[in-house]
Amino acid sequence: MDLSVNQQALAYLASAVLFILGLKGLTHPATARRGNLYGMLGMLIAIVATLVGREVQAYGFIIAGLAGGAVIGGIVAMRIQMTAMPQLVAALHSFVGLAAVLVGIGTFFHKQANGLLNPVLMGEISAGVVIGAITFTGSVIAFGKLQGLLSGAPVKFAGQHLLNALIGLATIALAVHFAMTGNLLSLFLMTLLALVIGVTLIIPIGGADMPVVISMLNSYSGWAAAATGFTLHNNLLIIVGALVGCSGAILSFIMCKAMNRSIINVVFGGFGSDGGSADSAGAQAAEKGVKSAAIEDAVYWMEDAGKVIIVPGYGMAVAQAQHALKELMELLAQRGVEVKFAIHPVAGRMPGHMNVLLAEADIPYDQVLEMDEINSEFPSTDVVLVVGANDVVNPAAKEDPTSPIYGMPILEAGRARQVYFLKRSMRPGYSGVDNLLFYQDNTYLVFGDAKDTIEGMNTALKGGGH
Amino acid sequence: MPEALDPSLVALYVFVLACFIGYWVVWGVTPSLHTPLVALTNAISGIVLVGAMLVAGDPESGILVQLIGFVAVLLASINVFGGFLVTHRMLSMFKKKK
Repeated sequence: MDLSVNQQALAYLASAVLFILGLKGLTHPATARRGNLYGMLGMLIAIVATLVGREVQAYGFIIAGLAGGAVIGGIVAMRIQMTAMPQLVAALHSFVGLAAVLVGIGTFFHKQANGLLNPVLMGEISAGVVIGAITFTGSVIAFGKLQGLLSGAPVKFAGQHLLNALIGLATIALAVHFAMTGNLLSLFLMTLLALVIGVTLIIPIGGADMPVVISMLNSYSGWAAAATGFTLHNNLLIIVGALVGCSGAILSFIMCKAMNRSIINVVFGGFGSDGGSADSAGAQAAEKGVKSAAIEDAVYWMEDAGKVIIVPGYGMAVAQAQHALKELMELLAQRGVEVKFAIHPVAGRMPGHMNVLLAEADIPYDQVLEMDEINSEFPSTDVVLVVGANDVVNPAAKEDPTSPIYGMPILEAGRARQVYFLKRSMRPGYSGVDNLLFYQDNTYLVFGDAKDTIEGMNTALKGGGH
Repeated sequence: MPEALDPSLVALYVFVLACFIGYWVVWGVTPSLHTPLVALTNAISGIVLVGAMLVAGDPESGILVQLIGFVAVLLASINVFGGFLVTHRMLSMFKKKK
């Protein structure tokens, strides 16, 4: 059967509505799964409506591609570890980008064969290809940094911004030339330069700014889809692209606000590294006048506490400490201790990273609170346990106007009666800024791997021995 | 016959209005679900699949173009299947206190 253009458009409208309802479902964890099902249904309708439409006449390649994608996508999605979610998302963004490039170039040849080229169409093709290409290589670089294949440190060199600006201008010039003439060489050079821009745009951004990078690339992948929609005069692609583009842009904004930095500053500022030497942690600590504590000290204070707040950061993900934390939470709860988790918006490597890891460990989401919800509770808290977080609890952000992180909203952990920092070493956080909280009277550092330390706490609590 | 509206202009209408919908819907998303939001938007941006199918599905434009379309279909459908499944996996983990 062949769907008429109008019938197809109605099906696309239904699927656009389902996508909107799907996103709306994420307003609350209780409705989120239904939202995802709406999304799946919307996609199914879109695929079927396209397959039975008049424009699709050959099915072999499509069926093969769909089947291959289902197998690969399915296996990856079922096997991926939750801690590797940022890498997976970066990889998937790169696929959308590359697909948009291929669709743009493919559409050019397809329309050329049918003699349907015009400057507006070719301008739209340029937009889709350029945004897609930037998304592709940008995401590949982000993936490399997150996976540890590339250094997380920002790559900077003299004249970098000038070079980027020149490549950008050349790309635009080629795009205009291509749109006016349909010159194939311009199309390829433009694509090549856009691929280069994707690389040069992401390499100067440091590892700690990855939540912004992921959000930005999320946004780009949406704009790429929207541009493809303009090329094909397909309203469904335009709507979906706009939704995704906005979503990524809003997330970028939220992440930047949580760091008190502008998007310009993140993209061009490039502070943060993942280097830094770690000499004998204890010796350095003593030198700087910080107090270290043993596991037993922390346990002693926690088991009699009224309220304990745990502040997780990227270090928790690296150490895979979330399951041990869940056990700690239960052991403390058995003793009548109220345990909550406090999440800073930029904790981890992507927006909401910590929440997913805690959910994975079966920690109920109503015990996991956002910064604004929990900051007022710290003064009435007996013990704060900081697990692999650093900058997000640094009081320098409030107290030291000369600090690079001054003005960044923080979790006010220092206002609790006692703070225990689980740390591998005295190494500062990703911003490279020393943490003033270390020197506070009520702060103690517990050195060691976060997972081992927490398991040690659990053993001590189970032994019940003091 | 009245003068017809340029189709590109209609597309622009749709785009701008969809941006507003996206803006309001996404601000309502709870911060604890930001990772699933990224994964879900990623899955639905696999909608470029529709464009890829149009390129792969026209035998008139030659085998090379169809091959380009095939690769695009493959990549976009990895996104679609992988994205929705991983979102589902994540959302299944979010539970309330019993």
